[in-house]
Amino acid sequence: MKLTLAALATLAVAVLSLFVGVSDVTPASILNDDRAAQVFLASRLPRTLALVLAGTSMAVAGLVMQMIVRNRFVEPSTAGTTESAGLGLLIVTIFAPGWPLMAKMAVAAVFALAGTALFLRILRMVPLRDVLLVPLVGIMLGGIIGAVTTFFAYRFELLGSLNAWTMGDFSGVLRGRYELLWIGGVLAVLAYLAADRLTVAGMGRDFTVNLGMNYRAAVVLGLVIVALVSAVVLVSVGAIPFLGLIVPNIVSMAIGDNMRRSVPWVAITGAAFVLVCDIIGRTLRYPYEIPISMVVGVVGAAMFLMLLLRSRDHARA
Amino acid sequence: MIVIEGLRKAYGSTPVVDGVSLRIPASGITSIIGPNGAGKSTLLSIMARLMEADGGTVIVDELDVTRTKTDLLARRLSILRQENHISSRLTVRDLVGFGRYPHSKGRLTPEDAGHIDRAIDYLHLGDLADRFLDELSGGQRQRAHIAMVLCQDTDYVLLDEPLNNLDMRHARGMMQLLRRAADELGKTIVLVMHDINFASWYSDGIVAMKAGRVVHHGAPDAIIRPEVLSAIYDMPIAVQDVAGKRIALYYE
Repeated sequence: MKLTLAALATLAVAVLSLFVGVSDVTPASILNDDRAAQVFLASRLPRTLALVLAGTSMAVAGLVMQMIVRNRFVEPSTAGTTESAGLGLLIVTIFAPGWPLMAKMAVAAVFALAGTALFLRILRMVPLRDVLLVPLVGIMLGGIIGAVTTFFAYRFELLGSLNAWTMGDFSGVLRGRYELLWIGGVLAVLAYLAADRLTVAGMGRDFTVNLGMNYRAAVVLGLVIVALVSAVVLVSVGAIPFLGLIVPNIVSMAIGDNMRRSVPWVAITGAAFVLVCDIIGRTLRYPYEIPISMVVGVVGAAMFLMLLLRSRDHARA
Repeated sequence: MIVIEGLRKAYGSTPVVDGVSLRIPASGITSIIGPNGAGKSTLLSIMARLMEADGGTVIVDELDVTRTKTDLLARRLSILRQENHISSRLTVRDLVGFGRYPHSKGRLTPEDAGHIDRAIDYLHLGDLADRFLDELSGGQRQRAHIAMVLCQDTDYVLLDEPLNNLDMRHARGMMQLLRRAADELGKTIVLVMHDINFASWYSDGIVAMKAGRVVHHGAPDAIIRPEVLSAIYDMPIAVQDVAGKRIALYYE
């Protein structure tokens, strides 16, 4: 019931997002004016769909990652995943610039997977007592990979492209240039189908083995979902930081981590969060736009700090 | 019956389980006692395929635990380790419900729901069923973990330090509950115990370990003796008969 209401509210925001913009597009003008109809179909609708798909899949990927790593504060941008995907995309752009977008995305996903696996390996080698050290290690790893990427991007004069990947921005979304994001949507559904297995894996290896489940397989499944989503979003619209961190944490506080229940909430909240941030970015300096990664970054950083302080209070209490 | 043959496990060059052979009879409570570092928890983990042995076999009712399909084994044998830090926010009912996973694979039937309710009842968790684990005290959490393992409804139940974090009332309640599960449902329960008096009072058999080896295995009468215990724990331990049971006194 509450879930239906939340879905309807998100739908309302999505509809609102369809009619925000520089061109004069209103429900009436779509029907009467050919140009308005064209703008609507070629730009507005794809943009809103891209927002919903990217928001949903990044938020769900964040949740999956938190279950697999068993840490509240990890998500693709605090675990080296996003940066690794960026490195992969840069390498494929240097060596095979003519490849179709799908193939470039696949290379980025392979790099994202390898980078995340490296992060997990580091965590296993250096068991950390403090939960806050885990994302710090991830951010450092991401920093190193990002530095390598920047160096080569500079050498090959691709800093401009790199900038576009690291700064999530939906203003360039047009029909024909966002469809890869549907893969993200499919992966979010896959995470829902595997919700029980991922939740059990989130309880740790011993519980998982005791319940007769293959722990490794569940972890690999989770990592593949996270890597693919990160790559798809990076290639289509650029990285959106913090999203996968904030949304699952808020949902977790409210209804907990049983993914069978929480995945739909995370998906809807993720979409709503991105839609709202995008509308803010589009209206704040109207008719100019602020890239969404900046809006999400500012809002997200503030919320992340609040979460950290809250957890500190909890630890002390 | 659990049959263990020549089990070995070393961390680096330090042997932790050093050639253990043991037969644990079906139905009843067997407690493993011994000083820290005797290899009790390692033995239990290997028995439940959580750890791999360097050599030797564990056979549970004709099933070799390392060769049997893990989901089949999960319907026959369950284990709860001593350290159980669950970082995700699950409710008590969620956690206990996951005990049905080996049977239902996530699709809970009305029969599963019955198991869940009974397990919650047995451990007096009714009022806490919808609370999140991170809102519970250590003892309440321990009871929730045990409820999950009981909900798994396996013939063999291995518990490492089940009385951890429990106060006297709940510790006694736990042992009475395990006793009933053994007597009425015919479960085979293997415990790692630190409190030798609880072990003496409630067990059918006691296995004493020291430095990775089984040094004694027998009925409580045979193990809870001053000379046996003193040798196991390297300190003088007196034993008195109280109400037909043997109680060790080691406080002075």
